[in-house]
Amino acid sequence: MIRLTEVAKEYPRSGIALAHISFQVKKGEFVFLTGPSGSGKTTILKLLYMDDRPSQGEVWINGVSSKNASGRDISRLRRRIGIVFQDFRLLEDRSAEANIRFTLEVTGAPKATIRSKVARVLTQVGLASKATSFPRELSGGEQQRVAIARALVNDPFVLIADEPTGNLDERATRSVFQLLRDINASGTAVIMATHDLDLVRRSNYRTIELNHGRIVFDSSESPAPARRFDEPLEIHDTPTGTESI
Amino acid sequence: MRSAREALTASRRAPLLSALGVVTIAFSLFAFGLFGLVAINIRKALDEVEERVEVRAFLSDSTDIESVAAAMKDIGEFPEVNRVDYVSKDQALERARREMGEFADVFEAGVLPASIEVHLRPGQRSPAVVKAVADKIKTYHFVDDVRYGEEWVEKLYRLRNIATVAGIALGVAFATVAVIIIGATIRMTVLARAKEITIMRLVGATDMFIRLPFLIDGLVKGVLGGLLALLFVWIANRVVNEYFIQTIFFNRELVFVGVVGGALMGVLGSLVSVGRHLRRV
Ligand SMILES: Nc1ncnc2c1ncn2[C@@H]1O[C@H](COP(=O)(O)OP(=O)(O)OP(=O)(O)O)[C@@H](O)[C@H]1O
Ligand SMILES: [Mg+2]
Repeated sequence: MIRLTEVAKEYPRSGIALAHISFQVKKGEFVFLTGPSGSGKTTILKLLYMDDRPSQGEVWINGVSSKNASGRDISRLRRRIGIVFQDFRLLEDRSAEANIRFTLEVTGAPKATIRSKVARVLTQVGLASKATSFPRELSGGEQQRVAIARALVNDPFVLIADEPTGNLDERATRSVFQLLRDINASGTAVIMATHDLDLVRRSNYRTIELNHGRIVFDSSESPAPARRFDEPLEIHDTPTGTESI
Repeated sequence: MRSAREALTASRRAPLLSALGVVTIAFSLFAFGLFGLVAINIRKALDEVEERVEVRAFLSDSTDIESVAAAMKDIGEFPEVNRVDYVSKDQALERARREMGEFADVFEAGVLPASIEVHLRPGQRSPAVVKAVADKIKTYHFVDDVRYGEEWVEKLYRLRNIATVAGIALGVAFATVAVIIIGATIRMTVLARAKEITIMRLVGATDMFIRLPFLIDGLVKGVLGGLLALLFVWIANRVVNEYFIQTIFFNRELVFVGVVGGALMGVLGSLVSVGRHLRRV
């Protein structure tokens, strides 16, 4: 479904950002991308949604190759990918539901289906009651959940998340991460770049670790040294917010 | 259509910016239109002056009327010639007195010679043709002198050529300025909507879908600017007519060409600025 072979990325001024990157992601898999700042996580994600093309090697995703994808191929591919960022990237001048509707409208979804699709994803992320709220009226965690709802509305086969919890506090982090797990449980692959090693350790998902643009560890190749947590991560809406797992 | 609605939404969201855009377009097209108006009026004046280009042959006093009539018939059959008129001594005197007004008494009967006036066909009035006709007429023995204002004919043509070249050069310069201004105003709209464009691209909207509202925006602004400029030029023309000189206005075809020109400039400006921006996002 997703395959990178011997991918390298070089930027004119900053030099080599990625080298010898090869891995595959299977349907419905959950993958963490970790590594220090500047190690190339964002670069890999950008290559996946073809915001950029590799300098060498090939990115293959959902039948589209980085070697010959046309602008139209890329547009069509992105309609099947959900993308989430650290900074949410919501349009400030419209409500949560209008933000989600925007995605459907600009990708030519049939008008009759829009209302029900928006309602469905808002319910899925637990924000049905905040549909008409504007981003400035929502907490960071809620804004990120709106962004996730927007990413889900076209039924993506993969959700690409670049530090989705990077701007969130402990509790919001947990609720957003739980949401990503639920989404993954319903069959959507998730590729998530993160700094939060706690999250990585607490779950037993596959982890690819980068350093200086190279893969230094892939838990699918060597048995994970990470501790396993058998109980699912739960969100407890306790007022103290001091629960630990 | 959705894109049209989007274009209008953009204008509604930034009404001041959009109005400014239309007005600057109108001003550049206004300058263009004013020049055009001057140009067509110069041209019209030239055409009128040119109408009068004629070759005049003065006849010696002894000439008998039969040979003059025969010569006039011959000359009338030259392919370049439209019409040949005979001006008798009396008519010449009368005409001179009428034109000179208070100095009418200066002329005495019989002072002015009889002449024939040769009017040339339109398109046969270039200096070379005029000279050729004059040379042919000179060969009649009873023709004393032929006048056709060599210098004057050549000057007229030079003036006309200069006007044409200046018109094209200034027109192109103004059009370039208009395209740049339209490009800049649309660029401001593009930048104001940069975040929307980024998101559209991320969620998989096609380039054409993203571009279309801006193209429509440019088109609408170009047409509106063109119409506004037309109104300005029309008012300016009325004022000139009222207080200064008689002028003609554009005909319907030229008005249409002007508005289409505005639309083209709008679309071109938007293509340039949106194309550049999209490649960088
Ligand atoms: N558009 C760009 N132009 C030039 N260099 C770039 C560009 N994007 C990334 N780089 C370089 O590529 C390297 C990897 O950057 P990348 O953003 O992928 O790191 P990251 O792992 O996402 O870091 P962080 O954890 O801080 O987000 C860095 O050295 C960076 O300077
Ligand atoms: Mg990054």
